[in-house]
Amino acid sequence: MTTMKLLEVEELTKSFGGVTAIAGLSFDVPPGNVYSVIGPNGAGKTTLFNMLSGIYQPDEGAIRFQSNDIVGIQPHQVAALGVSRTFQNLQMFFNMSVLDNVMVGCHLRTRTGLLSAALRLPGVKREERESREWARQALAMCSLDRYIGHEAGSLPYGVLKRLEIARALAVQPKLLLMDEPAAGLNDTETMEMQALIRRICEAGITVLLVEHNMGLVMQVSDRILVLDYGSRLAEGTPTEIQKDRKVVEAYLGGEVKYAM
Amino acid sequence: MKRLSGFYLLAALVVLLPIIFPDNYYVTVVGVTALLHAILAVGLNLLMGYAGQISLGHAAFFGIGAYTSAILTTRYGWDPWAAIVVGIALTGSIAFLVSRPILRLKGHYLAMATLGLGIIANIVLVQAGDFTGGPDGLGDIPTLSLFGWALDTDLRWYWVMGATMLGTVWIALNIIDSRSGRALRALHGSEVAAEMMGINTTATKTGVFVLAALTASLAGSLFSHQQSFISPDSFSFFFSIELVTMVVLGGMASTYGAVFGAVVLTFLPELLVVFEDFEVMIFGAILMLMMIFLPQGIFVGLQTPFRRRLTRRESPIADTPGE
Amino acid sequence: MLDQILQFVLTGITVGATYALVALGFSIIYNASDVVNFAQGEFVMIGAMSAIAMSAGENGLSPFLALPLAILLTIGVGIMLQRFAIAPAKGASVVTTIIITIGASIFLRGVALLLWGKDIFALPHFSGEQPIHIGNATLLPQNLWVMGGAALLVIGVHWFFNHTHQGKAILACSCNRTAAQLVGINVGKMMMIAYGLSAFLGAMAGLLVTPITFTSYDAGVMLGLKGFSAAILGGFGNPMGAVAGGVLLGLIESLSAGLISSGYKDAIGFIILLLVLFFRPSGLFGKATAERV
Repeated sequence: MTTMKLLEVEELTKSFGGVTAIAGLSFDVPPGNVYSVIGPNGAGKTTLFNMLSGIYQPDEGAIRFQSNDIVGIQPHQVAALGVSRTFQNLQMFFNMSVLDNVMVGCHLRTRTGLLSAALRLPGVKREERESREWARQALAMCSLDRYIGHEAGSLPYGVLKRLEIARALAVQPKLLLMDEPAAGLNDTETMEMQALIRRICEAGITVLLVEHNMGLVMQVSDRILVLDYGSRLAEGTPTEIQKDRKVVEAYLGGEVKYAM
Repeated sequence: MKRLSGFYLLAALVVLLPIIFPDNYYVTVVGVTALLHAILAVGLNLLMGYAGQISLGHAAFFGIGAYTSAILTTRYGWDPWAAIVVGIALTGSIAFLVSRPILRLKGHYLAMATLGLGIIANIVLVQAGDFTGGPDGLGDIPTLSLFGWALDTDLRWYWVMGATMLGTVWIALNIIDSRSGRALRALHGSEVAAEMMGINTTATKTGVFVLAALTASLAGSLFSHQQSFISPDSFSFFFSIELVTMVVLGGMASTYGAVFGAVVLTFLPELLVVFEDFEVMIFGAILMLMMIFLPQGIFVGLQTPFRRRLTRRESPIADTPGE
Repeated sequence: MLDQILQFVLTGITVGATYALVALGFSIIYNASDVVNFAQGEFVMIGAMSAIAMSAGENGLSPFLALPLAILLTIGVGIMLQRFAIAPAKGASVVTTIIITIGASIFLRGVALLLWGKDIFALPHFSGEQPIHIGNATLLPQNLWVMGGAALLVIGVHWFFNHTHQGKAILACSCNRTAAQLVGINVGKMMMIAYGLSAFLGAMAGLLVTPITFTSYDAGVMLGLKGFSAAILGGFGNPMGAVAGGVLLGLIESLSAGLISSGYKDAIGFIILLLVLFFRPSGLFGKATAERV
């Protein structure tokens, strides 16, 4: 049953001027899972994300999404295949309203071109209405309904973190890459985030998560990949990872007890 | 239609001015230039204000349009309308060709590259005297006529320029408030995030660059026929800077702001004639002071506190900006 | 033919030395404050014009007094530019700062126009106008002044940034302003030094070259643009690259004016600049940097 793979990464390698960020990394992400990638700072997590989303090109190796090779294609083409992402340091469109931010996410689901937009041809209005509706749904999923009329620039950090997710959801991705969604959030916000990640997964979207908050990772993940110096240290279910000697010694540093 | 209420106000203003002040120098002479500048500024604003790509060489496209019209009509006896179309096609092609390498650049590099482009274009206008008439320019450019209605008075030109300006504004407003417009603004906000939303940022930049160039070309052709004489001076580096100033003065990312900036900057020298010698200095001072103290521009800067007061009264319950 | 080329090269190096000083000024300000100072060319004009104005007429000052005063005045303008135009707009976007400095350049030009009108002025040659013959090419003593002066200034600036405490402090500000502040560097003062130094270089360029090229209220425009081109050509933010870019641009212009067309010499300079930008955006001597996401 789990021979199905949504994302396959094979022998992936990337170095920056002599420093190897990812070294011969392989793993598979099954559909419908929350799959987490953990590891100390500098383990290569964000580099991995940048390669998966087409921003960086790997030096070697293959990335297949639903059997499509996505190495060498542009980020917007990766997005068109059904991969969306959020960013560690917010990449919001601060010059736009909350609703417009999320409506940008509907770009791939609509067709209006420059010319028909310029002349406001029939059909444009209908697409606008649809986009707005989709955007509202995405905002609602992230409990952001009440911020709909605000300017993105005026919102607090925690809300922006969720707004980024709403925007990514509006793309209707099959795979959502989340880069440290809980970073900088307080406890309540972290709990909300955890629930949101679960909701996203239940909506049928596979989540690939990079996160430092171990409590959240252990709670929310189906499987976990532990990275160390750009290669795989361990992989398995949260329980397996917690018992893994290598992980406990090398990464978590001695004795670990999870308060959950 | 709340979306276009500002547009109707602008249209009413354009229509009413010459009726209220008939045969007024400031309306039908300076006013026509202001309208022309507004067309240019609105086009440039799509590129600069919305898509966030600086251009210090926009006068080049204005010049290509103007000279294509002038050369084809005076030297080859073409019909002015055909010349306008050819001008637009030529400008569009040139803009398309240079857009790829140029728009890969960012910030200061983009500024330098567009500036270089503008200067090269200007030098060609001066040097290719056989075609362009060189520094002395080209004269005897025929005026336009619309279905036998010759544009031979200032007022008639006012109407044509006014209609073109309103058309440009209408198109700009439509674009900004659409999927393409959001893509433009998104790439201004964060290029990498825009890509991740599936926006082909390269194609989007090219599109808006070409569109701004086309608008400038059309304005150039109109300018040619309206002035009946053109010289390279009108398409210099300074004019590019003036256009940027118009966009910035009104407030970037505001179409009405661009119109406002164009009007103010067209009338300012007229009013400063009194101070003649001080003109350059005052112009520079305004530019500097504006950017230091009101970088959002006059139009947007003065409007924001007002708008914020309004929304504060409505929020947080009223969430839906209905159409 | 060879003699001609030698002549073009000598002219090119002279012009290029001027560009190099302007480009160096661009680099210093850019490094210190991330601002492209479009008023850089105006420093050249102010240096030359004020020296001419002060030494003109029967009651004019002796050149030995007028030149240093002109330099001081230009430095003052540079520091004021930083204090009253750049500093208040801290944190502004690239576009905004570009427009501020363009505004400043127009303003300074306007003041010059008001004070000195539209006439073209010249400074006397420093040490006579007896041509020096090198093969069949000729050189004015002033050309040597320009080349030698520029070389000394470049060496001086290089030494300043690499061997003095303050030079290093300015570089520290350019790397990380907050960190510089934390280790006790007075960032405000460093900015003033950087702008003052840039203005000084501009004024020197103006004084050195004006006997040959003359000056007028709007002479700074083209010089500023050329200096900026040179800085980008050499790799923006790399001071010695800027110098090399300046000399290179001078040579390109002089050779293309002599061998191809004098009317198109500026265009050829800019075309080469565009090609460099397209194929090697980090400039000829700059390092490529990766964007962080």
